[in-house]
Amino acid sequence: MLSRIAESLFWIGRYVERADDTARLLDVHLQIILEDPWASEDLACRSLLTVMDRPVPDEGLVGRETVLDLLAYDRFVPSSIAGSLTAARENARRAREILSTDLWESLNATWNQLPTRVRPARAHDYFTWVRERAAMVNGLVDSVTPRDDTWRFLVLGRSIERADMTARLLTTRALAGAAGPGWTTLLRSCGAYESFLRLHKASVSEERAAGYLLLDRLFPRSVLFALNTAEAMLLELDPVLERSRVEDARRHIGLVRSSLEYRPLLEVLDHLPEEMEKVQRACSAASDAIRSRYFPADLTTQWIGEAL
Amino acid sequence: MADLFDDYPTGAAWDEMIDPEGGPTAAYRHVHAALARLSTGEVRGRADTLARSYLTQGVTFDLAGEERPFPIDVVPRVLAGEEWEVLAPGVSQRVRALEAFLADVYGPQRAVEDGVVPRALIVSSTNFARQAIGIEPPNGVRVHVSGIDLVRDSLGDWRVLEDNVRVPSGVSYVLSNRRAMAQTFPELFASLRIRPVADYSRRLLAALVAAAPSGVDEPNVVVLTPGVFNSAYFEHSLLARTMGVELVEGSDLFCAGGRVWMRTTHGRRRVDVIYRRVDDDFLDPVAFRSDSLLGSPGLLAAARNGTVTLANAVGNGVADDKLLYTYVPDLIRYYLSEEPIIRNVDTWRLEEPAALAEVLDRLDELVVKPVDGSGGKGLVVGPKASRAELDALRVRLQEDPRGWIAQPVVQLSTVPTLVEDGLRPRHVDLRPFAVNDGDSVWVLPGGLTRVALPEGQLVVNSSQGGGSKDTWVLGGQVPKRSAVRAGLVAPAAAHPGVPIDASPHDGAPALVQMQQQQQQQQQQGQRPTTSGGGAPC
Repeated sequence: MLSRIAESLFWIGRYVERADDTARLLDVHLQIILEDPWASEDLACRSLLTVMDRPVPDEGLVGRETVLDLLAYDRFVPSSIAGSLTAARENARRAREILSTDLWESLNATWNQLPTRVRPARAHDYFTWVRERAAMVNGLVDSVTPRDDTWRFLVLGRSIERADMTARLLTTRALAGAAGPGWTTLLRSCGAYESFLRLHKASVSEERAAGYLLLDRLFPRSVLFALNTAEAMLLELDPVLERSRVEDARRHIGLVRSSLEYRPLLEVLDHLPEEMEKVQRACSAASDAIRSRYFPADLTTQWIGEAL
Repeated sequence: MADLFDDYPTGAAWDEMIDPEGGPTAAYRHVHAALARLSTGEVRGRADTLARSYLTQGVTFDLAGEERPFPIDVVPRVLAGEEWEVLAPGVSQRVRALEAFLADVYGPQRAVEDGVVPRALIVSSTNFARQAIGIEPPNGVRVHVSGIDLVRDSLGDWRVLEDNVRVPSGVSYVLSNRRAMAQTFPELFASLRIRPVADYSRRLLAALVAAAPSGVDEPNVVVLTPGVFNSAYFEHSLLARTMGVELVEGSDLFCAGGRVWMRTTHGRRRVDVIYRRVDDDFLDPVAFRSDSLLGSPGLLAAARNGTVTLANAVGNGVADDKLLYTYVPDLIRYYLSEEPIIRNVDTWRLEEPAALAEVLDRLDELVVKPVDGSGGKGLVVGPKASRAELDALRVRLQEDPRGWIAQPVVQLSTVPTLVEDGLRPRHVDLRPFAVNDGDSVWVLPGGLTRVALPEGQLVVNSSQGGGSKDTWVLGGQVPKRSAVRAGLVAPAAAHPGVPIDASPHDGAPALVQMQQQQQQQQQQGQRPTTSGGGAPC
């Protein structure tokens, strides 16, 4: 497969997952700001912006509208929902010949509908739509893509992004402190609430909820599950194991995965923001390593006339 | 643009939003202002959104075999914080008194000996269950969940209309109304401090766990439903889902060795607490109706053995008998040595000959209710009944004075409600829900406001075509937050976020590339067509 195509696939996976996760995150956060009269809107919005790597204004109150503008409706930054859906479609256009028509049309239709969908009367409608579109794309990835490298790059991107976003989500809890979203909110935003309740009954304790989102082996949105999937994909992409060294991307992911998996949960919880930052940095480093290993075409040759 | 509140009629009833001078009442100031800013069209748009969201979520009600979205009105019911500070203790006081009464009835019957309640009243109650005598609930709680129906009369005073301590339903609508309203009116939620209701399921589960037989670690709690065709099935599944417990039907349970078990793929599993939403009569074919398929044979024996807790307890119906209702103020004084906080509606006990004579005389101006009815069944509103109906009723009252009570027509308070002609006053009641965990009685802030949609209609039950309103209790103390681990708190500003990656081909650099590619296309387009080069893709 061409490196350029592989790179597009990888990023389609990441962008679609990013749109999905951001929509989930914003949806429950805004709902909680509305439903809980004691939540501080300013503080909650500031912590959201910080976690999502946006500049936070020093003065004045930060409200829902600002957060929505920056994280949901901005079409020109690939880290907002609209922006990542646009970027996913651009990447799909570059890999059009590899993608199934179903998948391409689903991404393209999403992009076409975008202008009519942003800024509805209820932000919730927009988030629902985004999640439906993401579910559609992911469903097509699973049902019509052969399990060759096409699928592996898509799923690799998706898993890395998922680990990264779930880690950010857990950080929102840590940053806003008592004013932040409760564990129930966090579980809901991952669609994990019902399955968590079935496992642990209604006693949502910090340890259990964080343990579920961090370390559950069976829940597909837990950090551990996503990291494991990413590792499995990397291994399938390059099954040749060297005897004495591990290839970079897998090393980053495996290291942070095992440091979460094999440490007492309470120790991780004591330094949650730092630990989650490590996960995010590892995902970023793995992403870089994947780029330099599989998509090295990025090097542009400089022609210098005088040398000749 | 016509004002929403144009031609809003003032009636004999107390209106919760509009005072007699035509201005908004204090509690409704914000809501009124926000609504007045909207046009009728906009309000209808929001009402449609609400109804649609209920259809999608499956918040439906089974009416005569048809599944319909539960009607929720766009205008909320608002209660001032100070008002609630009176109502909540009033409700909890009533529940404590009824709890004490039930323990007494199925135990020593001290109240009978002391002459507070006649023995005849208790033993003649259709819902007095002899089978329940001697069943001691593990933590003494029989009324785990209750719904006390409150109304506001034409002077604005709160009264208790009836008590429901068997299987009160409707709390799921409180929870889903709130979710739907928060999404539909975000601006109101932002400006008002409305007390949240989301805590209910957690409180309920805690109360059920606390009621488990002693010595049971991690009790297995289940919700027992009559099945998917029950009108309140949505509620049963919502409660089971939000508590994270199994929703079982009678056939999923069986009794063996003096215990209750459920059938699972991994064999039988012990059941410790059953939050049952099945009426007494159907609960156990051994003890009650032998043709019932909804319960499980042997449940009551297990409850008697103390190996399983039934919530609410069997035989509670004797406490929400409408004739017993007239004794509740006395019971509060007798058991709690307190004065009732919320008053009853004046009621005639028809077994007293003088009362019966007066009621028969004034039948066309009174409301007559069967003592064991619920859901508004069998109720006759005198002023609205035909002569033939009244004559038939007169005969029935004389034959069975114990079976009926009579009350003056209470002009329930009204709240503006969206109907075909715009906003019109419609009568409402309020059912706060109380959860008793054995230590204290917790009252869910607000409760279910039911509204009678036909004009002038005073019966609000949803089985009689009533709708609902989200009920907002304003203001109050900041609740105690669970302590956050020290390591978890980090000042927001000091903590820069990790950058979010993007493909190098997207974002700003991509623009340059795109421009170059477009230039290329233009150049190609300007070439003479004879060059024979491939068309740009």
